[in-house]
Amino acid sequence: MSDPNLEGEDFRKARRARNIAIALGLAVFVILVYAVTIVNLGSDVIHRPL
Amino acid sequence: MAMATAPTSVRAPARWQDFLQLLKPRVMSLVVFTALTGLVCAPEHLNPVLGAVAILCIAVGAGASGALNMWYDADIDAAMRRTRGRPVPAGRVQGADALALGIVLSLLSVMLMGVGVNWFAAGLLAFTILFYAVVYTMWLKRWTAQNIVIGGLAGALPPVIGWAAATGTAPLNAWLLCAIIFMWTPPHFWALSLYTSDDYAKAGVPMMPVVKGARSTRAQILIYSLLLIPVCVAPAFTGLGGVAYLAVSGLGGLVFLLLAWRLFRSHAGEAADPRNDDGLYDVRAGARDARNLFAFSILYLALMFATLLGEHLAGLKPLELFR
Repeated sequence: MSDPNLEGEDFRKARRARNIAIALGLAVFVILVYAVTIVNLGSDVIHRPL
Repeated sequence: MAMATAPTSVRAPARWQDFLQLLKPRVMSLVVFTALTGLVCAPEHLNPVLGAVAILCIAVGAGASGALNMWYDADIDAAMRRTRGRPVPAGRVQGADALALGIVLSLLSVMLMGVGVNWFAAGLLAFTILFYAVVYTMWLKRWTAQNIVIGGLAGALPPVIGWAAATGTAPLNAWLLCAIIFMWTPPHFWALSLYTSDDYAKAGVPMMPVVKGARSTRAQILIYSLLLIPVCVAPAFTGLGGVAYLAVSGLGGLVFLLLAWRLFRSHAGEAADPRNDDGLYDVRAGARDARNLFAFSILYLALMFATLLGEHLAGLKPLELFR
């Protein structure tokens, strides 16, 4: 992704900010899947055949 | 190949804001607005959480198709003043990264829509992304002056997806919302292109004023405007819009027609005729008429959808004149 010759403080800061953005995006996606599952299945999540 | 002339080296660190810009946030906001109108106008009410997920999926899907567009059109964007600052032509984001972002977000948005809401809406969303990224971007845009007429379908589908998310179906009224945006797109974009067509000509994009000239474009704007107004008023007769909608669409339609007529009678776009050698965005007398129609077209569409949204949120009864 990044060019080693261009590595510098600005690049490290930008990469860190991008990584945080990806982490937040993934966290939001996980929460959305969880919420959709609960809404669609409701109490059936607990009362399911084992 | 589209990427042949695009810069490939990264000159500045790619910030997360650059990747956000790839998603065309302003287009996303318009898509969210029209999709929300479709979802709210649908006769069945979706769980609010699922409704929010559906709108988010449509927004992300629109953003994904924007990223795919910016990947493929980097050469065109680099040649146009309006778009040369975009992340890929400016060298802040590599084309391959824009492509990857577009593919990943397309898959995630369609899958989440299918699993969480329904697969009919997911199918429509997948079709919309493919239509914009492949049919419009890779084919129509560089090939025909009818590019924005046919390609406008991609921008017109979000209210149908919103309606389908709520009901799992797409009846006549959902397609009426689609038809309004579809018929609105040509006069809207051609009015804009009348005073930016030099930019398109230099980039080799066959926009209508570049191919057919300003006079023909003004005539086609008038024809499409005449066809647009009955489509805009139609929801008041099909049980979708109420009295307020009839007033907004009818009176706004008359203003739209008046502006389209004034534009037809003007010399707008002739300064931007590629056979002339005037500067980019040079606006001569008459081009004001093109700007007036362009600006009013945005207001007209926004007012109609906002009125529909307001009527349904307030629980106002539609007219049902022919039902």
